[in-house]
Amino acid sequence: MSYKMHVLVCGGTGCRASNSLGIIAKLEEALKENNLAGEVQVIATGCFGFCEQGPIVKIMPDNTFYTRVTPNDAAEIVKEHIIKGRKVERLLYKDPKQQASVSDSRHMGFYQKQLRVALRNCGFIDPENIEEYISRDGYAALAKCVSEMTPQEVVNEIKLSGLRGRGGGGFPTGLKWEFASKYQSDQKYVVCNADEGDPGAFMDRSIMEGDPHSVIEAMAICGYSIGASKGLVYIRAEYPLAIQRLKIALQQAREYGLLGEGILGSDFSFSIELRYGAGAFVCGEETALIHSMEGARGEPTMKPPFPAEAGYLNRPTNVNNVETLANIPVIITKGANWFNKIGTERSKGTKVFALAGKINNVGLIEVPMGTTLREVIYEIGGGIKHGKRFKAVQTGGPSGGCLTEKHLDVPIDFDNLLASGSMMGSGGMIVMDEDDCMVAVAKFYLDFTVEESCGKCTPCRVGNKRLYEILDKISRGNGEMEDIDRLRNLGKVIKDTALCGLGQTSPNPVLSTLDNFLDEYLVHINARKCPAGRCKELLSYVIDPQLCIGCTLCMRTCPTEAIIGERKVPHTIDTDKCIKCGTCVEKCKFKAISVR
Amino acid sequence: MTTITLSKCTIDSLIEICAKHGNQTGELINILHEAQGQLGYLPREVQEVIAKQLNIPVSRVYGVVTFYSFFTMTPKGKHPISVCMGTACYVRGSEKVLDEFKRRLNVNVGDVTPDGRFSLGSLRCVGACGLAPVALVGDKVYGRVTVADVDKILKEYDDKE
Repeated sequence: MSYKMHVLVCGGTGCRASNSLGIIAKLEEALKENNLAGEVQVIATGCFGFCEQGPIVKIMPDNTFYTRVTPNDAAEIVKEHIIKGRKVERLLYKDPKQQASVSDSRHMGFYQKQLRVALRNCGFIDPENIEEYISRDGYAALAKCVSEMTPQEVVNEIKLSGLRGRGGGGFPTGLKWEFASKYQSDQKYVVCNADEGDPGAFMDRSIMEGDPHSVIEAMAICGYSIGASKGLVYIRAEYPLAIQRLKIALQQAREYGLLGEGILGSDFSFSIELRYGAGAFVCGEETALIHSMEGARGEPTMKPPFPAEAGYLNRPTNVNNVETLANIPVIITKGANWFNKIGTERSKGTKVFALAGKINNVGLIEVPMGTTLREVIYEIGGGIKHGKRFKAVQTGGPSGGCLTEKHLDVPIDFDNLLASGSMMGSGGMIVMDEDDCMVAVAKFYLDFTVEESCGKCTPCRVGNKRLYEILDKISRGNGEMEDIDRLRNLGKVIKDTALCGLGQTSPNPVLSTLDNFLDEYLVHINARKCPAGRCKELLSYVIDPQLCIGCTLCMRTCPTEAIIGERKVPHTIDTDKCIKCGTCVEKCKFKAISVR
Repeated sequence: MTTITLSKCTIDSLIEICAKHGNQTGELINILHEAQGQLGYLPREVQEVIAKQLNIPVSRVYGVVTFYSFFTMTPKGKHPISVCMGTACYVRGSEKVLDEFKRRLNVNVGDVTPDGRFSLGSLRCVGACGLAPVALVGDKVYGRVTVADVDKILKEYDDKE
C-alpha cells in the first residue's frame, strides 16, 4: 500500500517525555474518523534534534514542521492541514529574529548550518522498520564490503577517510582497526561503546533510538575488516528505549540474513549481543568497559597491552563509540574521498553536539568540523536565553573545560579545542550565561568526578577529593589566596599521574576556569562574594522598600514562609528562614528583590 | 544492619536467574540486573544466594553491587523521585529543585520517607535536556520544573496512596 502523506512524529526520549505517543494515538484516531487511515501514515521516528521545540510533528512531502504539539492539536492538524491543505499557523516555528513563522525546516536557522552525516536517518525513518533503513541505502555498504572489497581494503578506506574516534580521544579509527586486524587469534571481538556517561550529552542514545541499523551495519563491517565474528554492544541500562529499538533491529537484521552465518551469500559470519552497563562513568574508558563486560568492577588497567592485542576475554578487541560507527556505512558507500573533503585538515567529517544549557535552541546538532563556536551558539543555537550575556561554553563534559568569548571564532576540531584548554569529548556543549558561577561549575564537575572515580589509583581517588574540598571551601567564602596555587599544583599532579583517561582529564574544569576566570575566584576569596549570585553561602536576599508595593505575591509563593509583611506595606525577609531558592525573585513583578 | 529472611520462592527465582545465565561469573552484571528488576533492590541476603550459585566469594558480588550506581541495597519508595543533575539541568537550576524535594520530604538523597511512599534520588542526564530541569516520579517525566512546582508534583500523589 502506498501512502499519499506521511506524518512523522518524534519518538525520541525527549519528545516522548512530553507525550508524543499521545499525539500519535490522537492523530491515528482523527485519521480513522475521517477515513484517511489508508492514505496517511503516522510514523514514530527518532530524534529530530530540535528538542527545545518538542514534541515535533513533521508532515511529508511538504516538509511542514510543527512545534510544541500536544495531543489536543492532533484533530486540528488532520482537519486543517491534511484535509484542507491549510497550515496550522499557531503551531509553526516562529523565527525569533524575523518574528515570522517558518514552516519548512530547511529554512530554519537551526538546520541551515547543519550537515547531517551520522544523524542522516534520525527523524526521517521509522527506526523499528528495517526496510526504511534499507530504502535509504542501508546495508549497501556491508554488501559492498563482503562482495567487492578485501578486509584490508576496508581498513584502508577508513584510514584514508581520516575518521577519528568520536567518543572523546579522537584516535584515528582506521589505525585502530588495522591494529586489531594484525593480531591473530581464534576469536576476535567488535565492541560498540554505548555507555554514554557524560551528563548532558545524548547523541549516542539518539542515534541508537533513531537509526539503530547504522550501528549494526558498521559493527558488521568492522568485524569483516578485522576478522571478528562476534560483536557486543555495551549499553547503559538507563536507556530502555534505545535497548528496545536495538533489540528489534537486531532481530530484523537476523531475519533478513544481514547478521548470522554466511552474510549476503559470502563466507563472512557475524553476530551481535547486548551487554548492559550499570551506571559507571569510568566504563567509557575501554579497558574498564571490557572488565565490566566480563562481569567485574569497571576498573581500568594499564595500556599496553591495548585491547587490540588482549581485550575482552583476553582476545583482540576493537572498541568504537556509537557516533564513530554511525559514520562508517556512509564512508564506504560514498567513499573516503567524499568524507575527507568535509572538515578541517586534521579532523575530518562532522561532529554531533548536544547543545544545552542557557541557549534558545536546545537540541542535537551536527556540523562540519571547523564550524566556529559563534556559528553554533548564535546561528544554530539562536543565542542566549532571555537576551542575557554569554559567559562560557563547557565542552567535553567532566573531562573538558570552559571556553569563553575569546574562543568564539576558533574553528571547532579536536586539536583546536585541546589547544584552547578544553577537549572535544563526546560532544556535550553546555552554554552558560552571566548568572552562572564558574567556581560553582568547577565544583559541580569535581563532585561528579569524585563520585565516579573508581578508586583504583590514588591521584584520582584522593586528589580529586582534595580539589573538591578546596573548591567547596572557596564557594563558602572560606578560601585563602594560597588555595589558587594548591588547586593548580594538585591539578597538574593528577593530570600527570592518574592511571586512566578519566583521572588524567578530571582537573580540566578547575584548571580551565582558573585560566579564564581567575578574577571570579579572587572575588570569592577576597571579597567573600559570588558575583554571579549562585554560591548560596555568600548570598542574601533583600527586599527594596522603595520598590516593594506590598502585593504579597512573594509571601504566598515562598515555600518556607520566610517573607513577612502585610498588604500594601513593604515586605521583609526573615534570613533565618530563607532557603535562598530564588522563587521570590522570579515572581516579583516590580524587581524589588535583589541578591547581595 | 537488619537481617531479612528470603522466602523460598525468592530464593528459587534467584537460583533460576543464575542458572539461566549458566551460573557464569562473567554474567554477574546481567544476573544482578534481572534480580534487581524482580526484587527492586539487592540486599545482602540476595547477594549471598547469587555468590553461592556462581561459586564466588560474596565480597566479589558486593564489590560489583556497590561499584555501579544502578544497583541499590536499599528498597525504593512507592513513588521513587529522581531529579536530573546532569549539567544541562544543573545550569538551569535543578539543584534548587532537589533541595526543595529534600526539604518538603525531609529526607536526604538516597533515603526513603518513613511512610515508604517516596524515595529521593538524583540521576545524571535522562537526555531530555530540552525540558531542563527535569524530575522523574516513577516513569513520569516532569519538565521545566521550578521550586514552586515541587509542592504540586507531590500533591499529585496524595490520593495515590
